[in-house]
Amino acid sequence: MKKIIISLFSILLGFLIGGIVLKLSGISPLEAYKVMFYGSFSQPNYISYIIIRSTPLIFTGLSVAFAFKTGLFNIGAEGQFITGALAATFLGYYFNFNPWLQIPLVIIVGTFAASLYGGLAGFFKARFGVHEVLSTIMLNWLALYISNYFVFYEGIRRPDTETTEFINQSSSLTLFEDWKISEVGIEWLNQHEILKSFMRPPVNAGIFLALIAVIVVWVILEKTSFGFKLKATGFSLLASKYAGINTNAKMTQSMMISGALAGMAGVTHVMGVSKNVAVLAAHEGYGFDGIAVALIGSTHPFGVLLSSFFLGTLKYGGQKIQSALEAPSEVISIMIGVIIFFIAIPSVLELPIEKIKTFFSNRRLQKQVNTHE
Amino acid sequence: MNSLVILFSTTFMYSTPLIFTSLGGVVSEKSGVINIGLEGMMTFGAFVASWMAITTGNPWLGFLAGGLAGLILACLHAVASILWGANQVVSGMAMNFLGSGLSIFLCRIFFEGASMTPPLDLSLKIPLIYNQYATVYLAFLATFILWFIFKYTRLGLRLISSGEHPKAALAAGVNVSLYRYFGVLSSGFLAGLGGASLSIVIVSNFRPTLISGQGFIALAAMIFGKWNPVGSMLACLFFGFSQALVVYVGGIEGMTVSSQILSALPYVLTLIVLVGFMGKSTAPSALGQ
Amino acid sequence: MTFLELKNLTKTFGSCRAFHQINIAIGYGEVHAILGENGAGKSTLMKTIYGEHAPDLGGEIYLRGEKVNITSTSHAISLGIGMVHQHFRLVRPFSVLQNIVLGIEPRKFGLFIDYQLAREKIESIMKEFNFYVDLDAKIESLSVGTQQRVEILKLLYRNAELLILDEPTAVLTPQEIKDFYLIIKNLKSKGKTILIITHKLHEIKEIADKCTIIRKGEFITTLIVKNSSEQELASKMVGREVNLHVAKSKAKPTELKSLEISNLVVLNSKIIPAVKNFSLKLKPGFITGLAGIDGNGQSELVKALTGLMKVNSGTVTINNKNITNLSPLEIYQNKLGMIPEDRQRVGLVLDFSIQENLVLQKIGQAPFSKYGFILTSELATFAKKLIERFDIRPTDPEAKAQTLSGGNQQKIILAREIEHNPEVLIAFQPTRGLDVGAIEYIHKELIKLRDTNKAILLISYELDEILSLSDEIAVICEGTLTAYLDQEEIQKTENLKETLGFYMAGGVGGLK
Repeated sequence: MKKIIISLFSILLGFLIGGIVLKLSGISPLEAYKVMFYGSFSQPNYISYIIIRSTPLIFTGLSVAFAFKTGLFNIGAEGQFITGALAATFLGYYFNFNPWLQIPLVIIVGTFAASLYGGLAGFFKARFGVHEVLSTIMLNWLALYISNYFVFYEGIRRPDTETTEFINQSSSLTLFEDWKISEVGIEWLNQHEILKSFMRPPVNAGIFLALIAVIVVWVILEKTSFGFKLKATGFSLLASKYAGINTNAKMTQSMMISGALAGMAGVTHVMGVSKNVAVLAAHEGYGFDGIAVALIGSTHPFGVLLSSFFLGTLKYGGQKIQSALEAPSEVISIMIGVIIFFIAIPSVLELPIEKIKTFFSNRRLQKQVNTHE
Repeated sequence: MNSLVILFSTTFMYSTPLIFTSLGGVVSEKSGVINIGLEGMMTFGAFVASWMAITTGNPWLGFLAGGLAGLILACLHAVASILWGANQVVSGMAMNFLGSGLSIFLCRIFFEGASMTPPLDLSLKIPLIYNQYATVYLAFLATFILWFIFKYTRLGLRLISSGEHPKAALAAGVNVSLYRYFGVLSSGFLAGLGGASLSIVIVSNFRPTLISGQGFIALAAMIFGKWNPVGSMLACLFFGFSQALVVYVGGIEGMTVSSQILSALPYVLTLIVLVGFMGKSTAPSALGQ
Repeated sequence: MTFLELKNLTKTFGSCRAFHQINIAIGYGEVHAILGENGAGKSTLMKTIYGEHAPDLGGEIYLRGEKVNITSTSHAISLGIGMVHQHFRLVRPFSVLQNIVLGIEPRKFGLFIDYQLAREKIESIMKEFNFYVDLDAKIESLSVGTQQRVEILKLLYRNAELLILDEPTAVLTPQEIKDFYLIIKNLKSKGKTILIITHKLHEIKEIADKCTIIRKGEFITTLIVKNSSEQELASKMVGREVNLHVAKSKAKPTELKSLEISNLVVLNSKIIPAVKNFSLKLKPGFITGLAGIDGNGQSELVKALTGLMKVNSGTVTINNKNITNLSPLEIYQNKLGMIPEDRQRVGLVLDFSIQENLVLQKIGQAPFSKYGFILTSELATFAKKLIERFDIRPTDPEAKAQTLSGGNQQKIILAREIEHNPEVLIAFQPTRGLDVGAIEYIHKELIKLRDTNKAILLISYELDEILSLSDEIAVICEGTLTAYLDQEEIQKTENLKETLGFYMAGGVGGLK
């Protein structure tokens, strides 16, 4: 309960300080927030975009949160994302089975590849004591360059571009892709304005997978003995060792699951939205945003779900202030930084929170006294 | 032969930002505070340096401003970690978000919506001394100064004791918090200088992809160098060399190694070093407490 | 005029009263002992005099006849007060010289530390008080006794007139203790005033002039040591006649052995043998006490026995089954249980609830989980049963272990291990830091377990605990077994404590 308040409080402070930064730069915070709000919720296709935008965040947020529970800081979600995306692209291009086979195949193998990549960092930590913050960052860059290298690979590269070919239709997760551009589809949608708007962006099944992932992660952590042992390892390494838990294995397994989750982000992104992989100059940011999501969501699966949508909204709506007000959308990054900063120092927030609590309970008591008189 | 000379001078050039930042890591962690926000402090320093150099036309002012920018960001981390007992790793990550966010935000504000600063005129860059940028010499000077402080002065003795055994230091009357503030703020200043030595020296402008993991490579160098100024400096030379190799090999006639694989070299080397050398952990005993 | 006088000194932390209305007068050149049980408030009192805590309003401290308000340790140091804490405040990688000057380093040209000047001053101090230390040695390479001398040198370097020593001989060997007493007598003869916290009665008799007794934070009395007996001191300390022996029946002699350790060698992280050719047999129905000073291989021995550390050579068998170098889980399944030395970091996961801690080793097995899923109702039933049997408070199985008192935390571990029904239980410092009531409870439970014909290895740094519980006693020193006394020998030996102390310090002749 306290954690939720801390997160909300931090978010409030984030908006506050973001507003101050905007004001100091000559931009009206209220205007900016208004643009963001309307830019996020006023049209169905906006909401659709937000769902699409948030889906990978749910996965990467779960990834980081899961690792956290075992006492590990997985900054490597970026690299695991790339691994999943690349694997999905290759599989989706070179294989073309019936969708009922193809889709699970691509998802499972792509995710598995990413889980191995994550497990590598876990292994380094368990076996060699390498701090996972450093190893995963290095692995992020390694993944980036390997991905770039493979984009140029003969056969998969789209000629004269810095991208790969598109994956086959059979691997697509986009919903109603063909139908919505068919005659029948266009007819029907024209009669349903809201859905027409909603279906314009690449709505895909990734969100359903993400929701399932949230529940699965929750079940694993709260209801299984495996999750119990993971949490024990995260809380107290020594006690877990004595209790006979193979902590090294747990760390590696945790990073594998964490990697798999981040990998799913990449896999579903390719299968549902981008359909290919491009050469990157730098990381796309889903992994780093996942860190923010996990922290704001207090590393709880349901918290992660909510904070992914929060962040997705922020990022999507935040973009709009650039075109509307010529205000840099990076104010969002600053806000996120501020929010995380305050989440890092819960003790500071505890004092004002206590004061607010006592204020409200005093008010309540006062009211009771007043009504009795 | 000529190209070998170029290889070495490129090594020095690329090592410089790493050396400054790594020294920053050393001084912060020696005093007992974990600082993984060096990357963000570098980024902010790189931007502010570039902006200041363009605005005032003076690269030295730019260099100094870069350091101050890093220091300002470090103030947040310092207060959070020392006064408020924050989770230092999370706070450090916040610095990374803030550092890059602020940099690009301000860039767009000051430079009409562009996400990179306009290029610095060559005449406005840090001057060359014997074919090396002045910042290279400054990096070595900084190493020497830090080494000297740790070995011979009061400041050094007390700072190290704050990171090894703060209770003992307190009992001896040392103001541990003060020395930790010094450690963290200096680390911000140094990281800022590191960023500046990239944006107004090696390249001639700031862009979002300028600091790609260098802050973290600097941390790896610190570990490799066993939290020792001279050791870290040597480790940075090693990593700088790997970066220089990328350029060198890329320029060799007939070399068909993909530029992508080459670019990955510094990161792979860092990883190998970490795996091979992390085992002997000689971190300050009270780090993070 | 007295040197130090405390009047009505009180200190409260929130709702917890550390000490209350303390009145003590200490004369110049006096050696004054502060006697009290664990948690009586002695350390906190001394830390208040040293400026680490501020006393509550109403209490006063007079130094050399003048009222003083000691605001910080630096202030205390400037007033001539010095303190050596129980856990040394030394920076391990630094040299002796660096440790002594830390905080008041003399300077040369305003920038360099003038080590030469400091060295000269320290050398003259060492000469005056007649004890020596190598100034360039690193602390981590020195013995505990030598480290203590460095701590004392720190005080003398700062011209301390009043030296406060907190449990100074707790970690010293008998020989080091003898040297320490000489240093104290020397310091006294040079006019230093000494305040010494101790719970060792014979020590008070040996070096102290006066003794103040504190019980549960309250001042009881100040006695003149010469005129008081050890028994008198002890009974004033606990407030009742001290019964040093726990009621237990004699153990039944048997030829069986539960746990057999043979020629065990365990190397520590510095590749030095911490346990050297150690052999010991535990008998079912016996409590075998292992006496020894902290740091003589006990930790490594226990880690090796429980699978947390590698055995380099030698064997460990339980009921003739070889368990050497098996995993901790396998060893546990072979019915070896342990109450660890550090209950908060090794025994419990503090963030887990009571019931989660009670099933820590068994969560993956029936009846607590099925097909990998935890059956919470089974956990709750199991936990409630144990909570009731062992009187764990609070009684809510979902309460977080962190919120329990030390005694109750220890009970969780005890309950868990006893419920497992081990053949052999290792109890490592089972009553460390607990109050008298909890200690009695744990001791009773251990005897109960013994009476069901199980073997118990009791490892403790408190000789009194070993003496009151053990049927047979072994002694470990520097990783080797230096003595083994069976039931008969224990009966026959006069001055058992001193004899054990002798073997604990490495004396020979304890084995046949």
